[in-house]
Amino acid sequence: MVTVLERDSDLRQRAWDAAASVVDPEIPVLTIADLGVLRDVVLDGDHVEVAITPTYSGCPAMNMIAFEIEVALERAGFRGPKVRTVLSPAWTTDWMSEEGRRKLRAYGIAPPQASGSRRALFGGQAVACPQCGSGKTELLSEFGSTSCKALWRCKACREPFDYFKCH
Amino acid sequence: MPAANIEVSETPLVLYALRRADDALILGHRLSEWCGHAPMMEEDMALSNIALDLIGQARELYTYAAKAEGKDNDEDKLAYLRDVRQYRNLLLVEQPNGDFAQTLVRQFFYSAFADLYWRAMMTSRDATLAAIAAKSEKESAYHLRHASEWIIRLGDGTDESHRRAQAAVDHLWAFTGEMFAVDDGERALIHAGIAIDPGTLRGRWLTTLSDVVGEATLTLPQNDWMQQGGRAGRHSEHLGHLLSELQSMQRTFPGQTW
Repeated sequence: MVTVLERDSDLRQRAWDAAASVVDPEIPVLTIADLGVLRDVVLDGDHVEVAITPTYSGCPAMNMIAFEIEVALERAGFRGPKVRTVLSPAWTTDWMSEEGRRKLRAYGIAPPQASGSRRALFGGQAVACPQCGSGKTELLSEFGSTSCKALWRCKACREPFDYFKCH
Repeated sequence: MPAANIEVSETPLVLYALRRADDALILGHRLSEWCGHAPMMEEDMALSNIALDLIGQARELYTYAAKAEGKDNDEDKLAYLRDVRQYRNLLLVEQPNGDFAQTLVRQFFYSAFADLYWRAMMTSRDATLAAIAAKSEKESAYHLRHASEWIIRLGDGTDESHRRAQAAVDHLWAFTGEMFAVDDGERALIHAGIAIDPGTLRGRWLTTLSDVVGEATLTLPQNDWMQQGGRAGRHSEHLGHLLSELQSMQRTFPGQTW
């Protein structure tokens, strides 16, 4: 479609890397690239625009993330970067990378189940404890410390833990 | 000087988005009133989380409405600078929290509708509305499950919780008809594939209600008389009081930011 000069692709990669380094302020082990929130980086001359997709409609972290992206790009040498919010297609936990899921588990949060389908939303959830790996767990509360999490308890090691809900 | 009301050019599309945005904002605000007051910690967090989802939906819908209007209104002006007669929400969502049963029955009636409504709206020909729907649908599913569990727990609980839950069902029932009403402007949007006909959802909504209410050992009223007016700006006394709290900062200090 467009012939991209090598210099531009290097520059875009630098912008992408800068934006991709921004972490979720509420789950600092995850970058916005891990989360699948970072959708696109568009370069026009030396002007850069980053497209992000919000996770939950009311997630207060999104404003913070947009601000952090601007700061990260300024630090990488891009002047007056813009952040654009893209609603469609809607974000789903299916976009979370394997690396993101691994990091979540290591951090003590059970990662979302494979598919954010309605079946996964309702019933039949089997969430493994991120501490001891046991499947003997139970839901304590559907709504946890942030919009994206539910509170669970492990019946084997008795530890409570957060579960990143399917969405 | 206090900030004056804005004027809104209510084309059918602007009005359509405003109505749904107002539903979400007002119900979200009502739920936020429980923050710090709910009967237990988990419930405090649950109601606040649901409030956050709803206010998030409202923000997207207001932003959409402002863009569709094409004047210099934005999400904040639409929320903070319209008075009670300019609000277009359902009477149901502005009803006071009452006791815990009343809050949860209101939430159950609304969520059972919202769950079906947003799922249907995912097929809207308007890409933005379809995207908002795709997100809201998942959130509503969680809200419905939460409310349903509470209706069963309260209805099939103690004599006292049963009595209160049944009283809430009886009291709020007359506010549910408005969810399925359509006016001429909306009919045109439905015809164009932008909106869906809520009337087609009523059967499934009733099935959800009957299942849960039955398990809760409660009964649905047989009375079909329904109160209306919210969609046209005729509200109960309660909305004005709610808005005076919601809007007081922007009314007193116009344009103030954090």
